[in-house]
Amino acid sequence: MMRNWSDRNIEEILGEILRAGVILSALVVFVGGWLYLIGNAWARPDYRIFRGEPTDLRTLGGIFHGALQLRARAVIQLGLLCLIATPVLRVMASILGFAAERDRMYAIFTSLVLGILLYSLLGAGSAF
Amino acid sequence: MNVAELTLLLVIASFLAGLLGSLTGLGGGVVLVPLLTIFFKVDIRYAIGASLVSVIATSSGAAAAYVKEGFSNIRIGMFLEIATTVGALCGAFLSTIAPSQVLAIIFGLVLLCSAYWSRKPRTRQERDLPPDPLATRLKMNGSFPSEEDGRARPYNAQNVPAGFSLMFGAGAISGLLGIGSGAMKVVALDQAMKLPFKVSTTTSNFMIGVTAATSAGIYLNRGYIDPGLAMPVMLGVLSGSLLGARILMTAETKILRLIFSLVIVTLGAQMIYQGLSGSL
Repeated sequence: MMRNWSDRNIEEILGEILRAGVILSALVVFVGGWLYLIGNAWARPDYRIFRGEPTDLRTLGGIFHGALQLRARAVIQLGLLCLIATPVLRVMASILGFAAERDRMYAIFTSLVLGILLYSLLGAGSAF
Repeated sequence: MNVAELTLLLVIASFLAGLLGSLTGLGGGVVLVPLLTIFFKVDIRYAIGASLVSVIATSSGAAAAYVKEGFSNIRIGMFLEIATTVGALCGAFLSTIAPSQVLAIIFGLVLLCSAYWSRKPRTRQERDLPPDPLATRLKMNGSFPSEEDGRARPYNAQNVPAGFSLMFGAGAISGLLGIGSGAMKVVALDQAMKLPFKVSTTTSNFMIGVTAATSAGIYLNRGYIDPGLAMPVMLGVLSGSLLGARILMTAETKILRLIFSLVIVTLGAQMIYQGLSGSL
């Protein structure tokens, strides 16, 4: 079965989304890293014992709030959030693409994947 | 060590891991966690968090190029992502309750397995397999641009249930250990579903990002992702793997793969030893 024109179209859009997401997140992480180094270069970090991140670095609200105040660690987390959001966007775009092709079966499969992704990002962590 | 020194060393080490991982096709993620735990004395949970975000970065970076070339089969990828994301959820939950030592031992075993899989000679693909009824119903058969003449070569996917189950396992390992588990995904696509090798590797890469994002959500919520650690690791691995994708080394690749496999085996043995002796 040959790929039709519309399939190629979806693939090109997906490629652009992935590229843009990675570039954007690398830039934000880089800026955050710069701020972090300026403020903390001589601090002595200890990663030997796992303590877990404070709440404002592990919830969406906390990260956005901190990043708006240009707090270095929050800016880095924001960049990492962009990175995590890239595959999510890609899945959303695929749903639209399959819907445009009137491929109901794959629109449903892809929506299922999106549901699992969103459950993990928004719901699963707080269940513990 | 202060933050400036640690960041510099981490960028260099991650850059090399990304470069070697992309030159050899074995992926950089697999050496990151042992590197961080053994040499930088980082707790395995922080190491897993930092490794996972760099896996998303490299796979999305590489997939952007492959998807455009038309090698990856997005239908197969999307369908099997149902299995990998459910697996990743289970793996990430297990990861939050498993003790560090157990994680280290499992990690070591996975390293040894992936070194073995990468050394195994690739079996010649059987061409012109008859269409499989289930795969046909799922519209999984496709074509890819041939390397010789650039013309579209058709292929028929086989054995969907086996591929689906293996993908669940690959997702669980990815969520448990914070790696892409690309080797296991390729086994599912190439060996079980009999897809052409180039289609298998690119489709696997395409899937890694979504799988890793699933567990990354849980890791972030559980506080595994430390910005001070993830920043140098992600930037280092990403730049290393992008550079690796640009250099095309043909002659040296074999030796490089051998060296890198030896590194993986050594790190795997070390992880198992440290896990058993409780020195992590």
